[in-house]
Amino acid sequence: MNVPNPLPKPPGRLFEARRKVFPRKVDGTFRRLKWAIMVATLAIYYLTPWLRWQRGAYAPDQAVLVDLAHRRFYMFSIEIWPNEFYYVVGLLLMAAVGLFLVTSAVGRAWCGYACPQTVWTDLFVHVERFIEGDRNAQLRLERAPWGVEKVARRTAKFTSWLLIAALTGGAWIFYFADAPTLARQFVTGNAPAVAYATVGVLTATTFIFGGLMREQVCIYMCPWPRIQSAMMDERSLSVTYREWRGEPRTRGLKRSQESEAPTGDCIDCEACIAVCPTGIDIREGAQIGCITCGLCIDACDQMMTRIGRPTQLIGYLTELDADHERRGELAISPIQRLFHPRTIAYFLIWAGIGCAMLFALGNRARIGVSVLQTRNPIWVRLSDGAVRNGYLIKIRNMEERPRRFAISLDGMDALLWDEQSGRGSAARRIVVTADADQVAQRQIFLATSTRGEARTSIDFTVRALDAEGGLARATSFFERPEATP
Amino acid sequence: MSDEKRVDEATGTETVGHEWDGIEELDTPMPRWWLITLFGTILFAIGYCFAYPSIPLLHSSTAGYLGWTSHGQLDAELAADHARKAPILAAIARTPIERIADDPRLLAAAQEGGKAAFKVNCTQCHGSGAAGAKGYPNLNDDDWLWGGDIKAIHQTLEHGVRYPGDDATRMSQMPAFGRDGILKADKIDDVVSYVRFVSHQEPFNTSARRGKGIFAQNCAACHGAEAKGNRQIGAPNLTDAIWLYGGDRQTITETVTNARYGIMPAWGQRLDPVTVKMLALYVHSLGGGEKLPPADPAK
Repeated sequence: MNVPNPLPKPPGRLFEARRKVFPRKVDGTFRRLKWAIMVATLAIYYLTPWLRWQRGAYAPDQAVLVDLAHRRFYMFSIEIWPNEFYYVVGLLLMAAVGLFLVTSAVGRAWCGYACPQTVWTDLFVHVERFIEGDRNAQLRLERAPWGVEKVARRTAKFTSWLLIAALTGGAWIFYFADAPTLARQFVTGNAPAVAYATVGVLTATTFIFGGLMREQVCIYMCPWPRIQSAMMDERSLSVTYREWRGEPRTRGLKRSQESEAPTGDCIDCEACIAVCPTGIDIREGAQIGCITCGLCIDACDQMMTRIGRPTQLIGYLTELDADHERRGELAISPIQRLFHPRTIAYFLIWAGIGCAMLFALGNRARIGVSVLQTRNPIWVRLSDGAVRNGYLIKIRNMEERPRRFAISLDGMDALLWDEQSGRGSAARRIVVTADADQVAQRQIFLATSTRGEARTSIDFTVRALDAEGGLARATSFFERPEATP
Repeated sequence: MSDEKRVDEATGTETVGHEWDGIEELDTPMPRWWLITLFGTILFAIGYCFAYPSIPLLHSSTAGYLGWTSHGQLDAELAADHARKAPILAAIARTPIERIADDPRLLAAAQEGGKAAFKVNCTQCHGSGAAGAKGYPNLNDDDWLWGGDIKAIHQTLEHGVRYPGDDATRMSQMPAFGRDGILKADKIDDVVSYVRFVSHQEPFNTSARRGKGIFAQNCAACHGAEAKGNRQIGAPNLTDAIWLYGGDRQTITETVTNARYGIMPAWGQRLDPVTVKMLALYVHSLGGGEKLPPADPAK
């Protein structure tokens, strides 16, 4: 078997190692758009927990607060109890359908501009550029042996990244507690352990995802690009190289001008590759690595302007546009492109959920009642022969002020009493005070001497005793022995 | 089949030397991270054996230098739980029982504690829902042998009923009218008719008419002229709808003939005062609890 191997020595690896990306700085329309979106999204993320919203004396004054300890979710004027979690489900559905809508209308705009992975990677890339210089300086530093300068620059870079990562993780916890209080506790070491753990984990993930892994998250880890490929069609925008204009490309402007044969506009300057944050060559066509951030468009336009050729050699185009252009026809209008059955269907679903939620929010009850019939024992014979049943009545006062409620009974002629008043003071209704934004519960009893079915359906009505009013009902049963004397 | 080892071209790794139908197996070494994990777990296991009880010996096991035991852990958790409850238990201890209801939170805590203690100590006789059984009172209803206000319930719980070991126990004894020959069988039959009449179970017939006189002579001293009972001595109200042992003719006859002598332990001897207090508050909350009689201004 020891035949000399005629093949060249194999690389010994069955996978392709990552080629580190050193994106070059670029300026242009889409770069400025990215700046604006980055500032806006980061500002929303960092500042939201610090917004205040006065809710009166009985509720926190933080505008957006997920109060897990007390099981309340506050969002400006909306307060959600755990039993209203369907509003959160609705929001998540809207987010999902909204993403579908955006994808079928403008392609991977989410990936290119608004995804946290993109935004933070972009931020980290800028910090890196500020400390280590632009692409060429970074490449030089990468190849340079370890020396004072390299150590200093790398330390500065990693420290800055770590600081940003820590602030990112740090901002997250403020959504779950009163931000100023938690900030003070956090700095003085008095915050709950879970706060430190959360900050630790998020600092690590931010640092690793934004600083070290970057485009690999998009290409290998994220399921969204795969899902999107199923949602994109010939009407979806994607970054397209106008190969019918660019090809055949020539290496350099000079060669292009001197060439006898017809040449395309592309001078193969590779500016599009140099600026790409995922390190792809857009001229190879649509690919999973393209997050459609448009930076190659900026780079190419710059170059085309400099050499005096028409811009938009690379641009946002749909497949339909590309076909039309290639055949020399007029491009379809943006309105025609945006309004097609799929986008309209997505929009209708999205808007439908939104309207249903708004309607439900506007009409939702702020009083809730649930009745738990005492099951052990189901009924009790009293000394006068009457049969008594017991009920645990829980009243949810979802208003941010204490309220008084009257519990009354429908469907049966019987008096009510609770364990504090006793049967002697039984009455048609029982008044209960519920604290602001709390559940009040009361064990109540009712008894009857009348004969009847072993199981009678009864309704409890809980009515608010203030100017605003409002009521809630709950059905329960009254049970008695089969043979009532 | 070839048994010669060779180096695979594509990977540069040696094969194990076997070949089946042209398929060979590479002798790829275990990945370093995998080996490190394996050796790490072995080291951890050795350390664990020293740190924790692990090696079984004849009667016990090695103790482990951390000194951990499951009993010790349980003790620590119980101690932590007791420490957590201590302030509220102290508050219950120092508040007079009739004043606890003034603080709804204290009352709720006491009732919850009483509910838990009830499940351990009382359900054997009174049932898990306190609905009682024959001979064991239903604590949910409004009929109380010895009184249903919070102080009376507390007194009954603390000192028990006819409990031999407690001087302050609730004490009374009904004569065994038949067994001891106080009343003949026919007289007993008549008095039972009368009791069945006052409890609205039978009409006022001739037997009951005869029984009325017998009742006045023999029973009214304890049960009252109107048969409404006497809580001072735990004599039941015979006119209501609730029967501890049964209200049918046969059971009442049996009761009059042999008497009854229900016993409840004095829980003050078995449980700490706070638990007894909490139990009383829980029983009082079951629906039949009565208000305290207004304080006597003379006292």
